Amino acid sequence: MSRIKEKFAELYAKKEKALIAYIMVGYPNENATISAVRGLVKGGADIIELGFPFSDPLADGPVIQNASTVSLDNGTKINRFFSIVKKIRKETDIPLVLMTYTNILYHKGYSKFIIEAKNAGIDGFILPDMSIEESKDYIASAKNNADTIFLISPNTIKSRIEKIAESSSGFLYLVAVYGTTGVKTGIQNYTLKAIKEVKKITKGKIPVGVGFGVSTPDDVKKYIKAGADAVIVGSAFLKLIEKTPQNKLESSIARFTKSLKRQTIQT
Amino acid sequence: MKYPKDGKFGDFGGKYIPETLVPAIEELEENYLKFKDDKNFKKELDYYLKQYAGRPTPLYYAKNLSEKCGGAKIYLKREDLLHGGAHKINNTLGQALLAKKMNKKRIIAETGAGQHGVATAMACAVLGMKSEVYMGYKDTIRQKLNVYRMNMLGAKVHPVKSGSKTLKDAINEAIRDWITNVESTYYLLGSAVGPHPYPVMVRDFQSVIGEEIKVQMKKLSNKTPDIVIACVGGGSNAIGTFYPLLDTNTEIIGVEAAGKGLKSKYHSATLSAGSKGVLHGMMTYLLQDDEGQITETHSISAGLDYPGVGPEHSYLKDTKRVKYHSATDAEVIDAFLMLTRTEGIIPALESSHAIAEAMKVAKKSKKSESIVVTLSGRGDKDVEEVQRYLSKHVKN
Repeated sequence: MSRIKEKFAELYAKKEKALIAYIMVGYPNENATISAVRGLVKGGADIIELGFPFSDPLADGPVIQNASTVSLDNGTKINRFFSIVKKIRKETDIPLVLMTYTNILYHKGYSKFIIEAKNAGIDGFILPDMSIEESKDYIASAKNNADTIFLISPNTIKSRIEKIAESSSGFLYLVAVYGTTGVKTGIQNYTLKAIKEVKKITKGKIPVGVGFGVSTPDDVKKYIKAGADAVIVGSAFLKLIEKTPQNKLESSIARFTKSLKRQTIQT
Repeated sequence: MKYPKDGKFGDFGGKYIPETLVPAIEELEENYLKFKDDKNFKKELDYYLKQYAGRPTPLYYAKNLSEKCGGAKIYLKREDLLHGGAHKINNTLGQALLAKKMNKKRIIAETGAGQHGVATAMACAVLGMKSEVYMGYKDTIRQKLNVYRMNMLGAKVHPVKSGSKTLKDAINEAIRDWITNVESTYYLLGSAVGPHPYPVMVRDFQSVIGEEIKVQMKKLSNKTPDIVIACVGGGSNAIGTFYPLLDTNTEIIGVEAAGKGLKSKYHSATLSAGSKGVLHGMMTYLLQDDEGQITETHSISAGLDYPGVGPEHSYLKDTKRVKYHSATDAEVIDAFLMLTRTEGIIPALESSHAIAEAMKVAKKSKKSESIVVTLSGRGDKDVEEVQRYLSKHVKN
């Protein structure tokens, strides 16, 4: 069983939902990444998504775009990224998901990239521009090596949700809002409806995580109440990292993480 | 015209898109398939192409230029004479009409040199729709005149300050807008790039160029042209020129922007120097570094300053049906001045790439041979840029 599946099983037994945190590796530098991960673990995050920067992040809003640019300017390369992952793996067993764009994997070769990532300690992948139509080689390469987490949107129709769920493992990523990451905030009725609908269609076969524009403990609470198995917070962490000095980063991230995590524990 | 069902040209093309766009792309494809052979739709488009845009465009024998080169006869397909000054209107009228049939109230577009933006603004003005155009900040400066034109035509121009601040980033931003406003908005893509069905649809709307060349050449010489040449950035005027001639014996050459030279980092010659990858919803040749990051490009012409290329061109390169060459900024300026002075025609810098290649090829060809060059646009927009180049590079 993958680390991600184990994590969800463990949370299920505890009647808890998952808090998934996203950070961009190398933003604003590698030390900050390490401190942020320690803060996330300490604060009780269940899964960490590590962003690898791409020059043209077309599904991302300004916060992650900027983080990508800074990270690339700092010289974040694939090998460097893997060595950071290995360093993190020495400290924690938390499931790690790599989020980037298709071309990064395609360029190295899906198989080669996925094996190297797995050896470094990556458990799954999220590629926002990978559609199920184009995913045959990617899925074949990931099989038995890593989870493939696909995205669905509030406008995805039922038959397609079923297909995407079949191609997904680990969890299913429901995009909360029409838009890019971290831009629209606030809870939309159509999102709450979508969560219920997707849960009904997937019948508990795979956990459903909600992300994009999720930034406060109150957001987390409402999405969990609507039936989400996990919530994903990204841009809000990056904003916090941006304004926090290095010596306070770990504690500050831990505090914010704790405030979010609390909302995933049913009382 | 052939319609690849899965949007694939060999390995190239496809749909690499965020899930939010899938329903929009499916709706687009459904409507395109419904209207593309619809008698009334075709009649309406034909009316606008003739009465509004000025089709058919002449196939002009450039006698002075041909004699100067001293070889084959050079003919110019005068897309520069179209309303708006470029071939872009062929596609914007087609897509804007389609958007209207789909009841889309808001049109967005990207633009490089500004020609597609202007053509979008014109089509939307005449069809009574609102348009917003994303344009790289760098391009809004070097093609300022087109920004004014778009504003006057009623389009809202959004300068894009992310990334390299050129066409690639304008496309990223247009896609982000589309993801955000997917229900209300029609994305009017200007080149034969992007996810399926855009490359096919844009090709079909632009194929009027090659169809007319075939008829006009037949009238002039009772045969198909020996050679056709067009410039390639995303590749819409080129695929429109080439596609109807693919099953003939015509030799076909696409010309990319070699900028300061293929060995320098400053060029946009995707097919000549790139490798396979995924960008803007398609698998195609790309200019990228050894880790798959898209590299910054350079060309004196904003319209060719793009690190990708239409997927069908990638396929035509690999199958060797089309040859892809390139022209440097210096060669382009020479060609620009040559055509201006010998024929009194000021070509767009984009089209000047094709002229530069034609001048090389003509010299090596027989007098009995014919070369058709697609003059995709006029160069009024480029006069300032050429002036800047000349004052920097040429003394006196």
